[in-house]
Amino acid sequence: MENFNLNINGQNMEVSAEEDMPLLWVIRDLLSMKGTKFGCGQALCGACTVLIDGEAMRSCSLPVSAVGDQKITTIEGLSENGDHPLQQAWVSHVVPQCGYCQTGQIMNAAALLGRNPNPSDAEIESAMAGNLCRCGTYNRIKAAIKTAASNL
Amino acid sequence: MRPTFPFFKVKEAEDRSKVFKASRRDFLKLGTLATGGFLLGVNFQCSGPKGKDLIFAPNAYLSIDADNLVTIIAHRSEMGTGIRTSLPMIIADELGADWSKVKIVQAEGDEEKYGDQNTDGSYSVRMFYEPMRRAGAIARQMLLMSASQKWKVPLDECITENSVVRHIGSDKSISFGELVDDLQKMELPRSEDIQLKAFSDYKLIGKDVPIYDGKDIATGKAIFGADVDLDNMKIAVVKRAPVVGAKVISINDSATLDIPGVEGVVKIQGAGLPAGLDKPLEGVAVIATNTWAAIKGRDALLIEWDLGENKDYDSEAQLADMVKSTSNPGKVRRKRGDLEAAIKNASRTIERTYELPFYAHATLEPPAAIAHFHDGRCEVWAPTQHPQWARGSVAAALEIEVENVTMNVTLLGGGFGRKSKPDFVVEAAILSKEVNAPVRVQWTRDDDLHHDFYHAISAQRIKAVLDESRNLTAWNHHTVFPAIGATSNPAEVHPSDGELGLGCVDFPFDVPNIQIETHESKAHTRIGWLRSVSNIHHSYAINCMMDEVAEAKRVDPINHAIEMLGEDRNLSFKEELDGDFSNYGESIEEYPWETARMKKVIQRVAKEAGWGQNLGGNRAMGFACQKSFLTYVACIVIAEKDSDGKIKVTDVHYAVDCGIAVNTDRIRSQFEGGAQFAHGLATSSKITFKDGEVQQHNFDTYQITRMPQAPKNIHVHMVESMEKPTGVGEPPVPPYAPALANAVYKLTGKRHYKLPFSI
Repeated sequence: MENFNLNINGQNMEVSAEEDMPLLWVIRDLLSMKGTKFGCGQALCGACTVLIDGEAMRSCSLPVSAVGDQKITTIEGLSENGDHPLQQAWVSHVVPQCGYCQTGQIMNAAALLGRNPNPSDAEIESAMAGNLCRCGTYNRIKAAIKTAASNL
Repeated sequence: MRPTFPFFKVKEAEDRSKVFKASRRDFLKLGTLATGGFLLGVNFQCSGPKGKDLIFAPNAYLSIDADNLVTIIAHRSEMGTGIRTSLPMIIADELGADWSKVKIVQAEGDEEKYGDQNTDGSYSVRMFYEPMRRAGAIARQMLLMSASQKWKVPLDECITENSVVRHIGSDKSISFGELVDDLQKMELPRSEDIQLKAFSDYKLIGKDVPIYDGKDIATGKAIFGADVDLDNMKIAVVKRAPVVGAKVISINDSATLDIPGVEGVVKIQGAGLPAGLDKPLEGVAVIATNTWAAIKGRDALLIEWDLGENKDYDSEAQLADMVKSTSNPGKVRRKRGDLEAAIKNASRTIERTYELPFYAHATLEPPAAIAHFHDGRCEVWAPTQHPQWARGSVAAALEIEVENVTMNVTLLGGGFGRKSKPDFVVEAAILSKEVNAPVRVQWTRDDDLHHDFYHAISAQRIKAVLDESRNLTAWNHHTVFPAIGATSNPAEVHPSDGELGLGCVDFPFDVPNIQIETHESKAHTRIGWLRSVSNIHHSYAINCMMDEVAEAKRVDPINHAIEMLGEDRNLSFKEELDGDFSNYGESIEEYPWETARMKKVIQRVAKEAGWGQNLGGNRAMGFACQKSFLTYVACIVIAEKDSDGKIKVTDVHYAVDCGIAVNTDRIRSQFEGGAQFAHGLATSSKITFKDGEVQQHNFDTYQITRMPQAPKNIHVHMVESMEKPTGVGEPPVPPYAPALANAVYKLTGKRHYKLPFSI
C-alpha cells in the first residue's frame, strides 16, 4: 500500500492504495465518487473516461501510481452546478436512454472541445469512436456536442 | 417463483380499477409525506382476455402533500426506454399536475403492492396506459369536487392545471396542496363518475416529454446498480463455471489470499444441469475490500473443474448440424393448403438457408448487485428488470420468506432482457449471508460475455415456390433454434409456440400454401431473450426471402409486400396452427393482426424515404417490415458505397404504428437506438463456443456499433392513430437487419444468408 496525493476536481485528496490499482477503482471504491462508470476494464468502451490535465483518459486502465500531480477531472467536477454547455446540451437534446455510458461520453466530448472548439462531424465521430453506447444514442450525442460547441 | 416470459404474458388491464385511500403505514413507507397529505392507491384488477383468473393487481401510488408536491410511484424498471417518465407523466397529465414539479419515486419490488413489475416484452405502456389515466382522473375528480364544494360552484366549472384547481368564470384558484385535508375526509368517487380527459386536452401525452433523470445522468448523480455504498461493504468478483454445468472439484486459493485487500474465498454452489433461468452458475467468489483486489484475487485462483457434458460443445458444429436438419421433414407447426401439390406445379423454386449466431446482451453496465443479509432479513439493491422474480429467487436461495426480502430497484445501465434473470442478484444475497456483511457482486465484462443468457443460435430454410405466372404459390419455412425453455428443461427440444409466435407462424402474407416446420436442437448454454427475441432471426429470413421473391417476380418489393398482404382484413392464425398463437399475451380479438395498418406503414415509409427514386450507382435502398409486440413497423435503409467498396448507412426511415403515441420523443429514441442495436447484430456481433467456452471476452472481440459505423440519420415517422397504445422497446430491431441486407444486395449484387456480415 502506498499513499497518493491526488488532485481531483481542484481538491487534494489523499488515498492509500496498491500502486497498480486503476484510477477508476480509486475514484469509485476509495473516494466513493460514483459518476465514473466501469464498463470493460480494458479501455475498450470509454464509460470510465476522466480528464487528466484536460486529456481524456480511460481510468480503468490507468494505474493510480501513474497519475502523479496531474489534474484529474471527473464528471462531478466538470462544472460547479452541473451546467457545463455539454451537460446542458445533453439535457436539452435528451441524449440519454439508460444513461450509463453518458458521463464517459460527456468527459470525452469535453476533451474534444478542449482541443477543437468547433469539430466537424467526421472529427466528432473519430474522437468519440472509443465511447460505446449500447442504447445507440450516437446521433444525439453528435448533435449535443455541436450545440455545446456553439455555446462554449 | 416460476420464470415468466414476456411473450407468455396473458393480461389486459380491464376497466375494473379499485381505488382506495392508502393507510398511514403506506404513507410512511412512501417516505415522501412526513406530515399530512393525500395518498391514493389504485388497485388495478386485471384478468386475462379469455376470462382467466386474476393474475395481477398492481397499485399505483399517487400522493399530494400540503406543500403541493405531487409524488408518483414508478413501478416499472428504467433501463433506457423512458418508462420511468412515460407512465408517471400519464397520471400527471390526467391529474393536471405541474409536471415540472412532480417527484417520481421508484417502487421497490413488491408483488402484493404493485402487481406485475416484470419490465419486459414491450408491454408497460400497452398495459398501463388506461390504468394510469384512471388513477390521475380519480384524483382530479376528488380535487374538483373538493374545490367546487368549497366555492359552492358547479363541478363542471372547475378545472385542474399546473397543480391548482381553477374556477372558470372567476379568478378563484386553489392549490392541490391546500385541498389535501379535505381529500382525506372524502369518499372516493364511484368508478362510473370518473371521466377521462379528451385526447386533445392532454398537455403531455402525445408530445415530446424529456426524461425525468436527464440532469442526474448528465451530472453523474444517477444511481445505477453498482453505485450504492453501504458501510463495511465487501466486494465480490466470481470465477464462474467456464462451461455451463461445470462443477468445482478443487480450489487452490493461496495466491489469491496473498493479495492485499482480499479477505476470503467462498464457493457458490451452482445449479449444475439444467442451468435454469434463475440460479447462479457454480463459482468461486473472492471477497475483498475493493473491486480491484477482488479482480486480481479472482484472476489468481486455480480451480480444477469437472466440466461436465458440455465440455466439447462447439457452436459452429451445432449450427452446421442444425442447417442440415432443415432439409429433413420437421414437426409441422402451421399448415395451409397443400405444399406438395404446389411444388409439383412449380415453375421455379427459391430455396435459401439463413444462419444467425448467438448474441450477448452486452449491457454497458455489467451485472452488479448489492445485498445485506442480517437478522434473517435481506435488503437488496439491484438493476433488475424483474424485481419480484429477483426477490422470490433471493428468498428461495436464503430459505427465508419473501416478506423478509426488500428489493430496491436502481436505474439499469441497459437491460435488453439480460437483467430479467436474477442469477447475479442471488449471488450477492448468498455471499452476504456467507460473509455476514453487505456485499456487492461485481461482474466484469468477460463475466458478462461468458455467462449471459444468450439469444439463441438459429438455422432456417425457406422454400418459396412460384408457378408459371410467377405467382408465389407456396411458402415452406423451416426453423430450428434451442428454446429458452430448454435452459430449464432439456426435454424442450423444439421452439415453443410462444417463440414461433414471434415473427414465424404469424407470417402475414397471403400465400395459398404455407407450411412451417421446426426441428430438434439442444441448449448447451443458457438461452434467454434479447430485445425482440425470435423476431430477430425470423424477420431476417422472411424479409430477405421476400426481397428475392419480388425480384424473381420482377416486381417492386414494396408493391409486392402490399399486394401479398392482400385485402384489408384481420388475420387469425390459430386455425392453421398446431398449437397456440400467443399474440404477445393478448387476445386476437382485442389486438387483431390488421393488414390495413401494416400496408399503411409500408406506404408511409415508402413516401417518406422517396422509395423508387434513382439514387445513382453508389447508393441504394432496402426494405423490410415486421409487426412485433403488436406494433407495426416498416423500415427503409439507405446505404452508400464509397470508392473503396466500404458501405455506410446514411439514412434509416422507420414508419411506425404503435397506436396512440404516448411520449413521442421516447418513441423516436427507441427507434434511433434500435437501429444502432440491430446494426451491430447485422454487421459485427457474434458469440461462439469452442470446448464449451465462449470465445469472445470483451468489446474487442464482441463488437457492437461504434459511432463511426453508426447509421447516420434515423427518421421516425409515426402514424397518427387513436388505437390502443402498444410498445416500442423491441419493434425497431427486427426489420433493420433485413432492410440493410436488401440494400447491400442492390449495391454489391451479393445476398447475405449469414449474420453478421461485414460491410
